[in-house]
Amino acid sequence: MPSARLAVDIGGTFTDLAVEHDGRRTTLKVLTTPAAPEQGVMTGVRSILQAAGLQPADISLMIHGTTLATNAVIERKGARTALLTTEGFRDVIAMGNESRYDQYDLNITLPEPLVPRHLRLPVPERLDNTGKVLRPLDAEAVRALIPLLQREQVESIAVGLLHAFVNPAHERQVRTILEQALPDLAVSISSEVSPEMREWERFSTTVANAYVQPMMARYLRRLEAELHSLGLAAPLFLMMSGGGLTTIETACRFPIRLVESGPAGGAIFSAHVARQCGLENVLSFDMGGTTAKICLIDDYKPQTARTFEVARVGRFRKGSGLPLRIPVIEMVEIGAGGGSLAHVDAMGRIGVGPESAGADPGPACYGRGGTHPAVTDANLTLGRYDPARFAGGSIALDVDAAHGALVADVGSKLALTAEMAALAVVEMVDENMSNAARVHAIESGKTYEGRTLIAFGGGGPVHGCRVAEKVGIGRVLVPSGAGVGSAIGFLRAPVGYEVVRSLYQRFSSFDVDAVNGLLDAMRLEAMAAVEQGSFGAPVTETRTAYMRYVGQGHEIPVPLPARTLTADDVALIRARYDEEYARFYDRPVPGSDVEIMSYAVVVTTVAEPVETLPDAGEVFAPAVHPVRTQRVRDTVSGEVSDWGIYDRASLPVGARLAGPAIVAEDETSTLVGPGWRAVVNGFGYLELTRDAG
Amino acid sequence: MSHETNALAQIHRQIMWNRLIAVVEEQAQIMIRTAFSTTVREAGDLSAGIFDLHGRMMAQAVTGTPGHVNSMAESVGHFLKKFPAATMRPGDHYITNDPWLGTGHLHDLTVVTPAFHKGHIVGLFANTAHVIDVGGLGMGPEGRSVYEEGMYIPIVKCFDQGKPNETFFDFMRAGSRLPVELEGDIYSLCACNDAGAKRLVEMMDEFEMESLDPLAQFIFDSSLRATLAEIARIPRGVFRNEIYSDGYDEPVRLAAEMTILDDGIEVDFAGTSGLAPRGINVPPAYTRAYSCFGLKCVVAPEIPNNWASLSPFRMKIPEGCILNAPHPYPVSVRHVIGHLLPDLMMGCLHQTVPERVTAEGASSLWNPPLRGGSSVSGQGRGNKPVVGDFEIITFNSGGTGARPTSDGLNATAFPSGVRTMPVEATENVAPVILWRKELKPDSGGAGRTRGGAGQIMEIATKGDLEFAVNATFDRVAHPPKGREGGLEGSGGVVTLKSGPALRTKGFQIIPDGDRLILELPGGGGMGDPTTRDPALVARDVRDGLVSAANARAHYKVVVTADGVLDQAATAALRG
Repeated sequence: MPSARLAVDIGGTFTDLAVEHDGRRTTLKVLTTPAAPEQGVMTGVRSILQAAGLQPADISLMIHGTTLATNAVIERKGARTALLTTEGFRDVIAMGNESRYDQYDLNITLPEPLVPRHLRLPVPERLDNTGKVLRPLDAEAVRALIPLLQREQVESIAVGLLHAFVNPAHERQVRTILEQALPDLAVSISSEVSPEMREWERFSTTVANAYVQPMMARYLRRLEAELHSLGLAAPLFLMMSGGGLTTIETACRFPIRLVESGPAGGAIFSAHVARQCGLENVLSFDMGGTTAKICLIDDYKPQTARTFEVARVGRFRKGSGLPLRIPVIEMVEIGAGGGSLAHVDAMGRIGVGPESAGADPGPACYGRGGTHPAVTDANLTLGRYDPARFAGGSIALDVDAAHGALVADVGSKLALTAEMAALAVVEMVDENMSNAARVHAIESGKTYEGRTLIAFGGGGPVHGCRVAEKVGIGRVLVPSGAGVGSAIGFLRAPVGYEVVRSLYQRFSSFDVDAVNGLLDAMRLEAMAAVEQGSFGAPVTETRTAYMRYVGQGHEIPVPLPARTLTADDVALIRARYDEEYARFYDRPVPGSDVEIMSYAVVVTTVAEPVETLPDAGEVFAPAVHPVRTQRVRDTVSGEVSDWGIYDRASLPVGARLAGPAIVAEDETSTLVGPGWRAVVNGFGYLELTRDAG
Repeated sequence: MSHETNALAQIHRQIMWNRLIAVVEEQAQIMIRTAFSTTVREAGDLSAGIFDLHGRMMAQAVTGTPGHVNSMAESVGHFLKKFPAATMRPGDHYITNDPWLGTGHLHDLTVVTPAFHKGHIVGLFANTAHVIDVGGLGMGPEGRSVYEEGMYIPIVKCFDQGKPNETFFDFMRAGSRLPVELEGDIYSLCACNDAGAKRLVEMMDEFEMESLDPLAQFIFDSSLRATLAEIARIPRGVFRNEIYSDGYDEPVRLAAEMTILDDGIEVDFAGTSGLAPRGINVPPAYTRAYSCFGLKCVVAPEIPNNWASLSPFRMKIPEGCILNAPHPYPVSVRHVIGHLLPDLMMGCLHQTVPERVTAEGASSLWNPPLRGGSSVSGQGRGNKPVVGDFEIITFNSGGTGARPTSDGLNATAFPSGVRTMPVEATENVAPVILWRKELKPDSGGAGRTRGGAGQIMEIATKGDLEFAVNATFDRVAHPPKGREGGLEGSGGVVTLKSGPALRTKGFQIIPDGDRLILELPGGGGMGDPTTRDPALVARDVRDGLVSAANARAHYKVVVTADGVLDQAATAALRG
């Protein structure tokens, strides 16, 4: 009996599916059904089972990721939520950090809090920073709010009290009172959802969790029931933003951890490809229709972070969204995709994005009524696509429409022909992505020297070489299955759970026992979450401390040994801190004390051994020839020449070709720029290298 | 073919301009990540830019605070006067905190670093950051001359061909209450200029550039042309306005006469009050910086800052007025008045482009420097307990002015670009308790669009023990004005919880058992309040931001006790 694993990724437009069994993989895309997403999922599951020749009972594991939680926040379609909070602080989620994300725009809009002020209800109580009670909780005052909550038809409640991450007693007491009086209501408390210092981020995360919780729980239960009635009884796991899998029970309690699970799957896909090919330092570059996502991967692990912003109102501007403090795979998402629109500003400067033509009407060349030039129009005009083969031939591209839009919106304003306008648009979008990648490396204390760029998504392989050139990378890898990378990534994710807790200490007065107590409790919590889904598989544990010099603003993660700490470890931890600090910022600061803000414990199942690249030596492959040539304009030199067009499906392992060339496939095209060479490696991946000099 | 070559060159110049802005943005990001002072890393009080060899700013980081706009831009010229470009060597870094050569008070350090390409100096990187302590009296208005306000650093080399100037660093460490932070910040300023220079060289290699001059010319030409085109859209005329600051011990009048010309906008500050005896005076570069920011927000917000895009905005600041403080007048809290300048500019612009400006806002930050422990309660306390030593500053904002088509922002910094700190973090670094920090009802000025709400803060120490505040607050006696019939926002309030009012400026004690109450101003309203959408008034009543009484009195809107709009009664009242 085949033991098959199924992954389903619900995105905004498409639901992607991938199933693997006996070393074979089948992938499929169906349209997302926003009103009842489980319908699209079920349609896809039935189709892919049929395509793969499998029965529902053959599936032994199903992994699911979805943007539903994110969309509910963006579209404000979550539950009617109330926030019970410390008296004197009802506006924390509205005031944020009291700043504007754009200094010069007098008319900016700030994100509206998910809970309106009249449902932000003060509770008399107060703790100090050590958790000591300064003012006892007034339980009667909490009970007195119940009629109001009923009258306002509140569906979900968040509880966020100051310093509750140090002492959760008051929050728990509030929850008990609410649960007794309103047993049908979901209650999210900040000391469980996001037990970390910084009240704005903690309350915002707790509120967002409460806001999506009823809807997500209902959806997940409905999906579970539908799958059962189909005869698919395999355990269902959910992909989390941090890159691990969790059970439906945990997902129903902390659904906010499911946001951005699709992009997380993409990063895991890249990390897996990196491990297969033995690439220790990677830049994952996933360019789709509206955005490009950039993620740094070292030692096969995507970089992680603890904060994230959702529902940005200011055109992808940092600071214009709602902050979430949850474990996430760290990526930069910029408004640069195939649908991003080009324009010319008052100074005659060409800009691209973040406005996007979306799927409807789409770029001008789709011929669906789009009149503004998108990146796809520019690529087509430069000769980079075969108009007959785009998206597997499902969309016939209109070259004249692309030309017309480029001339109207860009060329006519700068005295450029359609071709040169196209060149300018493509160079500018490549420049924008490269600049974002450079700043991201700076923020992460990393460089691009010796890195490989892994390109996927519809646009990644088209723009990969030029972005690599601009950031100083000499090697690009284009894996197969690039169109459904996230779903494939789900199949590679471990079952895991991350717990983060704040415990503020100066290093000079480091309390080993207190830290051991905290870490043990965190380990138990993480183990409990993992054991629900690991079925006794071996697990590994990693521990991290977030530390900084006293007075500094940004903590850096410092790895800790995953065992009980002793007094001797203090010197070790300090040495590791200095090492990490120097890696980030070159120069340690003598004589300065260090403070520890918080800790993270991650428990995950041990990754399955990965089949690595066979050392093929000099694989003999017959010489390959282009199926035809095409006139293509190079964006660096501006010159037009005949580029060879190859068909990816018919390239054998070991095939070699030299740029300039285009390797075409249904979902995308890989551009091999002048000065680049490509070889098909043992997995069928295209490996591009840049000639030295 | 030559047409295509020209086109390619034009596209490359655009890419390079774009890249240059990315380079200075990286420079600013590195500073934020590595800085020690909370003012830089939490509040974002910094700026970064690249200059040509004539000291003309080519690009400035988007990250940062507008106060440094022209002041840093002017500063590089002063460095070049003392140390001509030809004398600079790789690895050199130059520094100053001279309020008249830098950005207006001793707490701002400016560092300038030459960039070299193929052995030749090609440009200069500069950045400015607000550090937390430079000795002296500390941040506050009490100084009677700049000599009392802290260490004074003339333009000197802090690194000579890569080697730290240890004599300089000895002075720094000895003169500051926070030597480690100060030294760390100076290193961070130098390091981020180095990073910018490195990136510039990579760019020059990639684009095979020998000099920045052609690119500078392209940036300046495009920016000047675009700025003049924007100015051309402003109807011509001469416009006058005045506003008042509470001053240190008497009100300060700020007056402006603005002339819109074909080739620029001129502002004359004649009629402005004279110099003050305490540190609220404003050096001229800072006056130009904030006036220019106010103009630019309205006239040309999309055009990047550089020498050419700033040059059409010209200021005439009479000698002897508070906006043209000469050395050695005290200037420590020059921002309190400086932050009112955009409101002054917008009052002029309102007379010609009313649809583009906002009503007046709280504008001045309410940043209470708090101090407790032995230096406040050290003597004469007998056996009474004393709170642990601390010295902190928190950043807080009132409401911004109503906008033509939308309400002002509640408790949000403008014109400053700073951010506030979490209360939980503040309470972890000092033995203080903030008992209250929330929006203040009925504080936003009524109007067709409402002014942003101010906020109320209640500050104490653990155990309600004695502490001190060095007040630097404004808009108490002179609340933010509305426009076009909009009402003014509520003025600020500074009191003890027990009742007595405190002075808005200066060092004062909050005694045992008492607390400090700050009520931050609300923004002014815009337009006739009785034309505001009644549904929005009802929402504000329901949210507790406007009282039912004020809804009736100012907006002529009747809202029932449970927050429901009474349409019939409202229609009757509005007539």
